[in-house]
Amino acid sequence: MGGDIEVIAMAEMVTAQGASQGAGQPEATKRDFLKLTTTAFAAVGVGAIVWPFIASMNPARDVLALASTELDLSPIAVGQSVTVMWRGKPVFVRHRTPEQIAAARAVPLSELKDPATDESRAPRPEWLVMIGVCTHLGCVPLGQKPTDPTGDFNGWFCPCHGSHYDTSGRIRRGPAPSNLEIPPYSFMSPTQIRIG
Amino acid sequence: MAIGLHDSPFKNPVIRWVDQRLPVFTMMQKEYGTFPTPRNFNYFWNFGALAMINLLIMIATGVFLSMHYTAHTAYAFDSVERIMRDVNYGWLIRYVHMNGASMFFIVVYIHIWRGLYYGSYKAPRELLWMLGVVIFLLMMATAFMGYVLPWGQMSFWGATVITNLFSAIPLVGHDIVIWLWGGFSVDNPTLNRFFSLHYLLPFVIVGVVFLHVAALHITGSNNPLGIEPKGPQDTLPFHPYYTIKDSVGMVAYFAVFAFLVFFMPNYLGHPDNYIPANPLSTPAHIVPEWYFLPFYAILRAVPDKLGGVVLMFGSIAILFVLPWLDTSKVRSMRFRPIARIFLLLWTINFFVLMWVGAKPAEGHYVLIAQIATVIYFAYFLVVLPALGRLEKPLPLPESIARAVLGPNATLGGGPVPGAVAAKPMDKA
Ligand code: HEM
Ligand code: FES
Repeated sequence: MGGDIEVIAMAEMVTAQGASQGAGQPEATKRDFLKLTTTAFAAVGVGAIVWPFIASMNPARDVLALASTELDLSPIAVGQSVTVMWRGKPVFVRHRTPEQIAAARAVPLSELKDPATDESRAPRPEWLVMIGVCTHLGCVPLGQKPTDPTGDFNGWFCPCHGSHYDTSGRIRRGPAPSNLEIPPYSFMSPTQIRIG
Repeated sequence: MAIGLHDSPFKNPVIRWVDQRLPVFTMMQKEYGTFPTPRNFNYFWNFGALAMINLLIMIATGVFLSMHYTAHTAYAFDSVERIMRDVNYGWLIRYVHMNGASMFFIVVYIHIWRGLYYGSYKAPRELLWMLGVVIFLLMMATAFMGYVLPWGQMSFWGATVITNLFSAIPLVGHDIVIWLWGGFSVDNPTLNRFFSLHYLLPFVIVGVVFLHVAALHITGSNNPLGIEPKGPQDTLPFHPYYTIKDSVGMVAYFAVFAFLVFFMPNYLGHPDNYIPANPLSTPAHIVPEWYFLPFYAILRAVPDKLGGVVLMFGSIAILFVLPWLDTSKVRSMRFRPIARIFLLLWTINFFVLMWVGAKPAEGHYVLIAQIATVIYFAYFLVVLPALGRLEKPLPLPESIARAVLGPNATLGGGPVPGAVAAKPMDKA
């Protein structure tokens, strides 16, 4: 075919050129410099064009704007838990009993896979606020309802691959690498919190 | 012939006119008509053609489903139920698509196994094999994203667990997951992009299939004996011999497919996916679709998050380097008495992984998964490299024609057993 012959002829010209250059001057040529700079500019240009597409997949402004949820704590009795949605995820809010608090605070840090004191996780000890998403692969652990299994440490239990969390939401056994995450939140009044 | 025109062998003036300017008819004739194909194929060689047909079925049904499907978390589940109940023949189109995904994996698993048994991954077909692994990966991504679209409980939680795998990547893992989601959990932006990619990827697969077949037509097909054809006496023209043989397989394939669609359309699925997605409640027991179970079992066999993810991806990535792990020069397991036994054990082990992947990850199931994971990798990393040196293969036949036609087969006549052989002799 005509096309093929042309391509081959061109390829030969190019190699012939390269060979004559290479034979004469082994050091870098002006052409090498031009090739390098052109390629570098093209790479930067491609990067600049690709970036908006990649960035477009990150959370959009409206998604970021849905960033806070408020919750009235007054109806939550001691020992009770509620689950609220924040950024599409469940947030566990538990009004802890004195026994639960004591159990959480009695654990020595050396026994923890992801060491954190209960004081750092629950500055107001009776209120524990956590993101209810297992740090393994994202299931919602059980333990919010009175009828749920609570695992070997009387806190939460993730049925997906068997992670056990204690009354402070810290990982104690199973494949999850870290404690249940604490979202940013603040007390607007003693009975009102804002998450996010 | 005018300058610049292709020298077309076709007589029909319309076909000839086109062929002179764009020789697609010449190409089809060469690649699918007279293409010399080993004369000793068995039915395992049907599965490439079946996979191609299956891909076309998925695209055809998918395009029609998309006319009725709504990619929004508030409507997706209901739009699929509407397809099932209100759209004319919607139930049929959806059940064909749903079970078509399962059929696709059945066909491709057999196709891959054929390659493992007959050594089709060995030189000179390494790149052909690697392109096949790329297709397999793309299929898995496509099926995973498709399963998210109906937005049932398994859709949502499957998507959550699988996207969270990426959070195991050190340092950037968390940012990558947010980027994949387009938010802070699997939500509407995730569903939208999954639909977009689910529509796109099958067409990427078409492109890679084209490369796969192009590479095949350079090296030619392997065959059950694993020896190269030495001349025309060893081959048959693709048409009509293998177009017919493929058609026989196709009838059987459609029978199985139709049985699934019409008699047990939900057998391979999970009932929880008929419950709308609920981000606040995880089903008691998350299981992926059956075709992912062996790899899911490997993921869960490792008690460490990153380790599990690495081994799971590694179990597929290892297929890319298989051509270099198997050091034996003999392709077909027919002539490898020891390797053959190991491959059969490996195959049983694959089904063990599939079974244990559907069980809860606790107690002795974890131990079984761990042993099976070791066996899976040992076959590639220990058995195949070692056997290439230790095993004494059986003697290879002199040629395909000798092996299939008997010792008296000669090129131009002589006693040719069976009428089948007569025709190609004429042609050759
Ligand atoms: C490699 C080829 C493909 C595979 C393996 C595949 C797989 C799947 C799977 C497993 C589902 C979930 C079925 C269910 O449980 O309901 C699905 C759904 C869907 N797919 Fe595909 N698909 C493929 C190609 C396509 C193409 C090319 C399109 C569009 C042109 C498409 C459009 C859809 C739509 C709209 C749905 C949602 C409706 C439903 O769930 O039934 N698919 N796909
Ligand atoms: S997601 Fe909770 S243990 Fe795996």
